[in-house]
Amino acid sequence: MAGSAAEPFVEAFDELTSDASTPAWVQSMRRAAFERFGTLGFPTTKNEDWHFTSVSPIADHDYVFLAAKSGDVGRDELAPFTFGATGWYTMVFVNGRFAPELSDIAKLPNGVKVWDLASAWTKVPDVVDRVGKLATYDNQAFTALNTAFMLDGGVVQIAKDTEVDRPIHLVFVTDATAAKGMMHPRNLILVGKHAKATVIESFVSTTDAVYLTNAVTEVSVGEGATLQHYKMQRESARAFHVGTIEASQARDSHYISFSLATGAALSRTNVYTTLDGEGSGATLNGLYMANGEQHVDHQTQIIHAQPNCFSREMYKGVLDGRSHGVFNGKVYVHPMAQKTDGKQTNNNLLLSETAHVDTKPQLEIFADDVKCTHGATVGQIDQTALFYLKSRGIESALARRLLTYAFAAGVLETIEVNEVREALEKMTLERFV
Amino acid sequence: MSLIEIKDLHATVSDKEILKGIDLTVDAGEIHAVMGPNGSGKSTLAQVLAGNPAYEVTGGSVTYDGKDLLALPPEERAQHGIFLAFQYPVEIPGVSNAYFLRAAYNEVRKAHGEEEVDPLEFADFMEEKLALVDMDASMLNRSVNQGFSGGEKKRNEILQMAVLQPRLAILDETESGLDIDALRIVADGVNKLKRPDNATIVVTHYQRLLNYIVPDFVHVLVNGRIAKSGGKELALELEDKGYDWVTSGAPVGAGAA
Ligand SMILES: Nc1ncnc2c1ncn2[C@@H]1O[C@H](COP(=O)(O)OP(=O)(O)OP(=O)(O)O)[C@@H](O)[C@H]1O
Ligand SMILES: [Mg+2]
Repeated sequence: MAGSAAEPFVEAFDELTSDASTPAWVQSMRRAAFERFGTLGFPTTKNEDWHFTSVSPIADHDYVFLAAKSGDVGRDELAPFTFGATGWYTMVFVNGRFAPELSDIAKLPNGVKVWDLASAWTKVPDVVDRVGKLATYDNQAFTALNTAFMLDGGVVQIAKDTEVDRPIHLVFVTDATAAKGMMHPRNLILVGKHAKATVIESFVSTTDAVYLTNAVTEVSVGEGATLQHYKMQRESARAFHVGTIEASQARDSHYISFSLATGAALSRTNVYTTLDGEGSGATLNGLYMANGEQHVDHQTQIIHAQPNCFSREMYKGVLDGRSHGVFNGKVYVHPMAQKTDGKQTNNNLLLSETAHVDTKPQLEIFADDVKCTHGATVGQIDQTALFYLKSRGIESALARRLLTYAFAAGVLETIEVNEVREALEKMTLERFV
Repeated sequence: MSLIEIKDLHATVSDKEILKGIDLTVDAGEIHAVMGPNGSGKSTLAQVLAGNPAYEVTGGSVTYDGKDLLALPPEERAQHGIFLAFQYPVEIPGVSNAYFLRAAYNEVRKAHGEEEVDPLEFADFMEEKLALVDMDASMLNRSVNQGFSGGEKKRNEILQMAVLQPRLAILDETESGLDIDALRIVADGVNKLKRPDNATIVVTHYQRLLNYIVPDFVHVLVNGRIAKSGGKELALELEDKGYDWVTSGAPVGAGAA
């Protein structure tokens, strides 16, 4: 029997695991994870990984598990979240469940296959048997909870040598019927040898309801492959969002991640990658923007497990109002990972006296022939630049917005998908008034 | 009526008094040169007129176009036609020069109740302005002043001036860092922008600039006060005799005009 932390979830869990159409191996995976969650419980601030983020706002709510299809979202309501792009391969999930009528996956190019997880269990068991292999939950309560309740999500498989011409977009949208609900989207992205693809995950909302999204995405990047993986967290302003990405990289692969976090009352994004093959590289970039009472937390982890790998990390944060930002960037360099080349920066711009940020680079290096640097800054709007702009007739508010945009521009320009970059530039310019 | 009338202006920075009673009146159509030793307060005067909040005005008044200039925030001063070409133009990484110029132009238009211009219209408008200061259009795509050479920064200041068409332009050592050709280009730019209803204050160390931009009056600022005023021949005399000549013994002149 699971521990006490699991109690509020027991009823929903029993219902989920009594479904006879789900293969037994999936049910047993769920059970093991639920057991583990019960033992772990929600993390407290005594847990080093959660030192600056209290999840009690999440734990203090009761949630209804959104198992059945729900909601009523039209294509026009999705328009603000699709970057004005046409022709992308899109899978839409409404309140956690796949919505084929909103999705565009009829004309996938050769070498690209996608499924919704709920039907993939029986349709392609040999593909989804990778689920749970990449994202472990021994010490990850939210991943354990996700694994216990995993029901739907995107499964993306790119065959070897395939260069996908357009982004694959997984859109998780909530509407008002998600109020008081919880969703545990589970995605799997498998990129074959020497393939090249771009996958975008968007978490968006047409409502300001309170709900919990607890997502996990497992990523495998094959030998010599390149994956651009963007995550856009634009949840409802009152929502809770925990999202974990765990990638594993083969030799000579390149994993490029960008994480935007601008929504939710409380959010935590984990981006973890393991450089598990020689000559591979990881680029982890991100931008977080918060105001009001928002709390926005990022934890990244790069494990250099093999020699001759590089990692580049640039996160920027803009915090206004009474918001609180957290950045914790971990880099582990294993004893055998000689010639590791790592660079991490985290820059924060505080727009108000009451906003604050905790930034904690964390390098643990056990090899001797490595080059690893890190740097973190916390600053305010440059008064000299502000005066320069005003002296040209530019109103104070616009001048501040321009300088905020300018601060973020350095990381936004790393985004290679034009539609996404332009949308984020516009968003940054308009985010703070 | 005079365009700007500065009376007994006192200002401090970091609690140190820099301007100790400046009197200066400039009429429309005039060019005034302000000269003086390093640290005498020339840039401070320029910055105070533009409204830099780092400087505190502790006394005196400035009337500009009938308004109490000191009561206006810097952006409104600019919208009312005050323009300062900075001695040290500020770099703004991440904001393109084109965006910046158009934003400034539109803000000033908006303040006058005029329609904003779109990027295409603005590009046409810029062509002639770029020609005026002999700048390549590629400079517009770069971040404001970032990585510009000293001379390019100064030309960029004049470009902004050409775009904003101020009524009172204050050029703070715009000639420094310019080669002879650039100096002529900048001076030409200033001269072409001259109209009977606007005025220019040129802060400079070198008489050579005044060969190109011919002043109606020359003032010598020493230790926070105007120590001497005269016509354009005063600049030549200074070149000849140095500032010592002003500070030692010569009678302290009142403001010009
Ligand atoms: N932020 C500041 N803090 C302290 N002192 C300052 C500050 N800004 C200016 N000053 C001082 O004020 C005095 C006047 O400076 P200002 O820049 O106005 O001189 P200037 O006449 O323009 O000189 P230059 O010919 O060298 O440009 C100088 O002594 C300078 O050191
Ligand atoms: Mg000066």
